Amino acid sequence: MSEPREFQPVCPAPARSQRVSMAHGGGGRLMHDLVRDVFAAAFACSADHDAAVVEIPAGRIASTIDGYVVRPMFFPGGDIGSLAVHGTLNDLAMCGARPVSLAAAFIIEEGTSIDVLHRIARSMAMAAQRAGAVISTGDTKVVERGHGDGVYITTSGVGRCEHDRDIHPRSIREGDVLLVSGDVGRHGIAVMSARENLSFESAIVSDSQCLWPAVSSLLEAGVDVHCLRDLTRGGLATALVEWAQATGLEIELDEAAVRVDPAVQGACELLGLDPFYVANEGRMVVAVPAAAADAALAALRRTPEASGSVVAGRVLAGRPGQVSLRTRIGTLRNLPMLSGAQLPRIC
Amino acid sequence: MKHVDEFRDPASVLECAREIGAIVTRPWTLMEVCGGQTHAIVKHGLDELLPSQVTLIHGPGCPVCVTDVAILDQAHAIAARPEVVFCTFGDMLRVPGTSTDLYQVKASGGDVRVVYSPLDALDIAAAEPAREVVFFAIGFETTAPANAMSVYLARQRGLKNFSMLVSQVLVPPAIEAIMASPRSRVQGFLAAGHVCAIMGTREYEPIAAKHRVPIVATGFEPLDIMQGVLMCVRQLEAGSHRVENQYARVVREEGNAGAQALMRQVFAVRDANWRGIGIIDASGLGLSAEYRCFDALDRFGTTLASRQDDGVCISGLIMQGLEKPAACPAFGKACTPEMPLGATMVSSEGACAAYYRYRR
Repeated sequence: MSEPREFQPVCPAPARSQRVSMAHGGGGRLMHDLVRDVFAAAFACSADHDAAVVEIPAGRIASTIDGYVVRPMFFPGGDIGSLAVHGTLNDLAMCGARPVSLAAAFIIEEGTSIDVLHRIARSMAMAAQRAGAVISTGDTKVVERGHGDGVYITTSGVGRCEHDRDIHPRSIREGDVLLVSGDVGRHGIAVMSARENLSFESAIVSDSQCLWPAVSSLLEAGVDVHCLRDLTRGGLATALVEWAQATGLEIELDEAAVRVDPAVQGACELLGLDPFYVANEGRMVVAVPAAAADAALAALRRTPEASGSVVAGRVLAGRPGQVSLRTRIGTLRNLPMLSGAQLPRIC
Repeated sequence: MKHVDEFRDPASVLECAREIGAIVTRPWTLMEVCGGQTHAIVKHGLDELLPSQVTLIHGPGCPVCVTDVAILDQAHAIAARPEVVFCTFGDMLRVPGTSTDLYQVKASGGDVRVVYSPLDALDIAAAEPAREVVFFAIGFETTAPANAMSVYLARQRGLKNFSMLVSQVLVPPAIEAIMASPRSRVQGFLAAGHVCAIMGTREYEPIAAKHRVPIVATGFEPLDIMQGVLMCVRQLEAGSHRVENQYARVVREEGNAGAQALMRQVFAVRDANWRGIGIIDASGLGLSAEYRCFDALDRFGTTLASRQDDGVCISGLIMQGLEKPAACPAFGKACTPEMPLGATMVSSEGACAAYYRYRR
């Protein structure tokens, strides 16, 4: 697919007001203008009716919903709009579902610049268009200044399962091989450095992206995919602990196999963070039978989204519900779920 | 990454472990002083690589762990005040005092902000002159210079709305206290490399001589720690008790003279109460008379009744090297990182938290 051009809204910005006021949430003309000029224009959808009707061929449908809050709203490699689209597309993709249609709800804080809303809406439209999906319906609400943090977005999505596999933690088996689709930890560090004004020698760019092309490549190659999980908050370690707990099996991760960008590693060393727990928005872990590992790796690496894929772990039966890390120096240690967020250390 | 990869090189680490195995003839008990070293040992499984004769026990060098409950209670009370912006390093957020922690204070409306440097707190004070900005100055000699610098600059910049809640502690008096205990089993120390980067190694010489223990200033990467153990065991086997420097790429014998001078100007030595251990003479720093006007306790402190740690908890024994975490009946049961009963479970660098997190 060629790179989509940035979408030009039908009605040129700026709208009459520079900033969102409580009047934009009042159900009157201002609200209708906002919905039509900013969102419906960017998404090329209609604002005339209460819901969108979408054609979906018969078969299994994947459905998901997620809320997005991020500060700052714009960060290296993305923004809250692209994030809200990628995150929901990825949740669908983790069921092996081709994304079809999204719905988006916006909680907008009074005082937010209309221009910011335009940027977010355009970014969402581009992200959806790249994945071959449409944003077909939505909602806006305005809250008083101080009762929000700019813009909160909730997106729901539906996608088509064009396969008959049971891509689910219950399909994971002892002996399965785990692949990680690229380097880990970039999104969390990119957002943190933007939020805290931390500057590093080289800019760290979020990995936020839609993973459907990589999943599609796996399915087209006929790989017997047992499970997929996108790595979000809590990072790679938390995703693996969730799988270990869901399956009652042991997972062993090879520290040396997992890629971490040197700039991310440096930032983590400096801040006392473990990159295996740092958030991602465009990486996934894939469980396949050992016999399918080579085919899976090849299929993933064929796509730009997962060109950095590696075999990074395996499923064992030894310690039910636990994840073990094989360290670089060959020792084994526990990789647990953290009790809360990672906190930067004192020294 | 340069200065990291070469000190995590598996072959070098294993070679060093083999060398320790080749020279050791008797059982030896070593203490790594710093929580960062404990964390690295357990994270990388380094103790598994050591010969069975060498036992590592974990020292009191986690500043978060040893912060007195009474200071934490003051911090929580000050942070809850409506006029205060309370600035802290991130890992103090969930350290429990008598009844709450900074996360809860923040959730209840307190303006608690995580900063990466005390100088960030100064900038906040300058930007928000109507608010009282309090920085929670925690740590060993490692954090003291930057904290001293922030007070020094606050005075230079005339920032009257800035103050500091000080709970700085010092390593050598803690080592001295451990060695003075008749129950101590420690035969050699890996001194905390970053503390030595500031203070140098000379202040350990009287301790090494008096107690006849080798003390090796040691870094934090796997190979650093293995080399520190090797140097310590080599001395023990030879019957010597010198101060040595494994961390020569960072530590100078005289330390950082500029940092020390600033610390002497801004801080004054005082007794300190170590959580889990008790009062150690001349083991802490408070603001000197010249800088006392920046003391947050003077500005906002109140009398509070603090509850000391639960009786089941043996964190004091663990920090003195007398017990290991698994010996505690509450470890991993009544006491977890979510609900810590004592000092060594509260911070990620506490020995109990490190064992809980990494041990299989």
